[in-house]
Amino acid sequence: MTSLLAAAAPATIPAPSIEYSQLAPMLVVFGAAVAGVLVEAFVPRDLRRSVHLLITFGSLAAAFVWTCVIAASPSIFANGSPGHVAAMGAVAVDRPTLFIQGTILVLAFVSVLLIADSSHDVSEFAGQAAAPPGSPEERAVLLAGLVHTEIYPLTLFAVGGMLLFPASNDLLTMFVALEVLSLPLYLLCGLARRRRLLSHEAAMKYFLLGAFSSTFFLFGIAMLYGFSGSVSLAAIASAASANTGSDTLLFAGIALTGLGLLFKIGAVPFQNWKPDVYQGAPTPVTALMASCTVVSAFGALLRVFYVAFGNLTWDWRPALWVVTVLTMVAGAVIAITQTDVKRLLAYSSIAHAGFILTAVISASVAGLSSSLFYLAVYGLTTVGAFAVITLVRDPGGEADHLSRWAGLGKRSPLVAGIFALFLLAFAGIPLTSGFTGKFAVFQAAIAGGATPLVIIGVLASAIAAFFYVRVIVLMFFSDPVEDGPEVVVPSVFTGTAVAVGAAATIILGIVPEPVLSLANHAATQLFVR
Amino acid sequence: MNGFPWLTVAGAIPLAGALAVLLVPSLPRDSAPGDVEARTRLVKVLALAFSLIALVFVIVMATRFSTTGPDFQFTEQYSWIPQFGVHYALGVDGIALVLIGMTVVLMPVVILASWHDADNAKRSVKTYFALMLVLETMMIGVFAATDVFLFYVFFEAMLIPMYFMIGSFGVGPRQYAAVKFLLYSLLGGLLMLVAVIALYVYAGQSAATGHHGTFLFSTLVHVSLSPTVQKWLFLGFFIAFAIKAPLWPFHTWLPDASFSAQPGAAVLMLGVMDKVGTFGMIRYCLELFPAAFRYFTPLVLTLAVISILYGAIVAIGQTSVKRLIGYTSVSHFGFIVLGIFALTSQGQSGATLYMVNHGFATGAIFLLAGFMIARRGSDRIADYGGVQKVAPLLAGLFLVSGLALLSLPGLSTFVSEFLVLAGTFSRYKVAATFATAGIILAAIYVLWMYQRAMNGPVSESVSAMPDLKARELAAVVPLIALIIAMGVYPKPVLDVINPAVQSTMSQVHSTDPVPAHPVSASVSVSAGAQP
Repeated sequence: MTSLLAAAAPATIPAPSIEYSQLAPMLVVFGAAVAGVLVEAFVPRDLRRSVHLLITFGSLAAAFVWTCVIAASPSIFANGSPGHVAAMGAVAVDRPTLFIQGTILVLAFVSVLLIADSSHDVSEFAGQAAAPPGSPEERAVLLAGLVHTEIYPLTLFAVGGMLLFPASNDLLTMFVALEVLSLPLYLLCGLARRRRLLSHEAAMKYFLLGAFSSTFFLFGIAMLYGFSGSVSLAAIASAASANTGSDTLLFAGIALTGLGLLFKIGAVPFQNWKPDVYQGAPTPVTALMASCTVVSAFGALLRVFYVAFGNLTWDWRPALWVVTVLTMVAGAVIAITQTDVKRLLAYSSIAHAGFILTAVISASVAGLSSSLFYLAVYGLTTVGAFAVITLVRDPGGEADHLSRWAGLGKRSPLVAGIFALFLLAFAGIPLTSGFTGKFAVFQAAIAGGATPLVIIGVLASAIAAFFYVRVIVLMFFSDPVEDGPEVVVPSVFTGTAVAVGAAATIILGIVPEPVLSLANHAATQLFVR
Repeated sequence: MNGFPWLTVAGAIPLAGALAVLLVPSLPRDSAPGDVEARTRLVKVLALAFSLIALVFVIVMATRFSTTGPDFQFTEQYSWIPQFGVHYALGVDGIALVLIGMTVVLMPVVILASWHDADNAKRSVKTYFALMLVLETMMIGVFAATDVFLFYVFFEAMLIPMYFMIGSFGVGPRQYAAVKFLLYSLLGGLLMLVAVIALYVYAGQSAATGHHGTFLFSTLVHVSLSPTVQKWLFLGFFIAFAIKAPLWPFHTWLPDASFSAQPGAAVLMLGVMDKVGTFGMIRYCLELFPAAFRYFTPLVLTLAVISILYGAIVAIGQTSVKRLIGYTSVSHFGFIVLGIFALTSQGQSGATLYMVNHGFATGAIFLLAGFMIARRGSDRIADYGGVQKVAPLLAGLFLVSGLALLSLPGLSTFVSEFLVLAGTFSRYKVAATFATAGIILAAIYVLWMYQRAMNGPVSESVSAMPDLKARELAAVVPLIALIIAMGVYPKPVLDVINPAVQSTMSQVHSTDPVPAHPVSASVSVSAGAQP
């Protein structure tokens, strides 16, 4: 779709060459998503969930294995090549992308564990999202025990889009990927069973703001096309260095595409959707968004700014400095006043996006590798934290309000202890993965000459530490509330998610070497052009 | 160098103890009180046993330390995170060795003294003692680390056990105190992190490291940094250490924390953790950034003198015994910093010795005050009176440790305070003169507190106060004995410290020699850098 054919097209259009084996991870996930839709149509209701689980976990695992195979395959990276551009220049297969895709697949697998957990007495997902809350229809749905099994194919579509987003080598493919990942997420956000109106509001807000940002992104693509005559990232880069087109178009294009990407990672001042959406969405979906979507969006951001705008760092760096400072400070400061644990983590995720941006700004190999590492460790901790949130329940569902968490450490020391571990990792305390990640990005930023940013970053970390610590105070040092929330015994699914998150947080804090070397290896040659 | 990982094992013993303590199975809630008591007793005995093993092990290690050997002994070095040039590198010089020695001596004492501190039914006894032992591991690690990254890891990580010890097991506004403690320390630590990273980045640009970033202290001392860079990095490290130490005006967390912590935890905090600040000033601020060290000397000396006087004056006005002792520490840390920044070998040796002596003296008086508070249930000095008549042992030992606090000749603190003042006077006469006033103020706060609490008519509320029990005596008497022994014969400890101080001095001299007859000293901020 990128090679916008010139007017003098030959009479016979050559069949596009598609490197199926290199694209297989994405194809597997998309194929599984389509198969999931068919399952909805043809498989009897009582079997659907099992079949969906098989397809979803199977496809994610297969895609992950295949990603590893590609990363290890000598042919693509022969003779020091940074990678290969597949599908007629539409999709890049290079090491950073493979690292990001691998990360997304692992995180998606863990998130789906949460989505699939049906052991709670009250499901996270509405029986029928369209039935108005409290209506006879809803009661009928509840009595019939209906569930939305569409969540599995929707999740797979979203994950497929997330895999394609950072791999897109031209802006149109990237836009398509953006929509493919966003639309299912809008739907998934509206499926919460508890506090339905909040969930609907979140979905609506996410959809409207997301649609706006997509439009800006598309408009930016048009500008860049007007500037360079191409939507391919490499062509934009060479046009920019040749300095042929209109600067106005170029800068407007950078600003608008940048806006679209910064919206997805939730950078200030494009962060407004994040707390509402994280709070309103069913917690397993929040886990998916907070981990996989952020990783994917950062992957795309890195590719666009490193490849297409790689020669223009002097032009975009000042703007990104401002955004980074705002993101770190606003995320940390506003988080202090939050009383809902999911909103708290939403603001914390905004602040963390700022920390990663400090490394992105350096536009260097170290910046790329440390961002990759940070994304991986942060994603795993985040999934674990949201998994713990699904365990702390009131009779009606999760106990999100922080006051309900008071004294949790006395009632169930293990769960509270693990959550404290995640919070300490978010705060960047040594011997947790959060510290290693923070060290990596700040080191890249200082080496890239952004020491003031790092100083602001550590001050923001200190502010952020305040609210993480406040939650620990609440859990461990306060007396338990009367009839406080019950901590359910996790099922195998959620238990695995919590265990993976906790293990990764500790192990990557003490022996980060394997993942660091993987990230370094992935970043040494930057992106393929 | 002998291949046996002495320091790793020394650190691993308490960690193993913490695990052992945690693995003692809990009893169900409705068990008989007798069973519960037996179980908590097992926990405490285990913790005490492991801390004693660590003590014996370190004593054996110390006997193998050669005062004429290389600067750093018992070295170990393994690559940890090769991507960042991080090593698991341990080693001790004389300064670190005596501080590790102080740590392992204080630990069993504190465990013994804290025997019943966590017995409140709502608290987990296991957790309390496990946290103590984990803290001991980290404190040994922080003194033994010879890789700046590793040092930083221990420096920050040791906040967490102390945070839980204050927040979960403390008294009064413990949540507030714990959060204040953690946030102050974290803020300093994070600023230090910037400096640590920047040091790494500059090291990577230096020829001394072969253009490979490293955190190894032994390599970093050879990296030459421009004066401007030195100043910024110095500040990054120094603020963290000044908060930890604590130096005026970074001290405000300390009185709250020492008030809310249990006496045992407070002793570990004042006695050991805070020494990391002054230890870091010698090891890192001085050795890595000698030029900036000299540049900032007038400023730091001013702060140190203010700390000495301010801490002492505010201590006089305290109504709470615990807060009073907290403020005396502010004053004493001022002396230590004064000795360090005077940059004479007398001052340095005195400051190092002061760190050890302060640990023992403050430890003894805080634990004794804790015993007294546990009996009466109040920390207000006004609630006591005439304790001497009902509990003569308690009052007598309290007097001895109080006299140690005011540096009475014959007690260990006198030696170190004398060395610090003498060392300072030889270069900075004004600072030393002002600091000497701190001794007089110390006499006021100690003796006045003693007079109000211990002398006079027996207050009704203390009339039935029992004297010290065997366990409490066993905890405090060794400290008192050490205070007296080191006051009479400090030579063994000084022999260990002095070579390390000499080597530090010569290393700093070699890059920037200090004039033999320094110009008359001034503590004014505007005095500028020494040539």
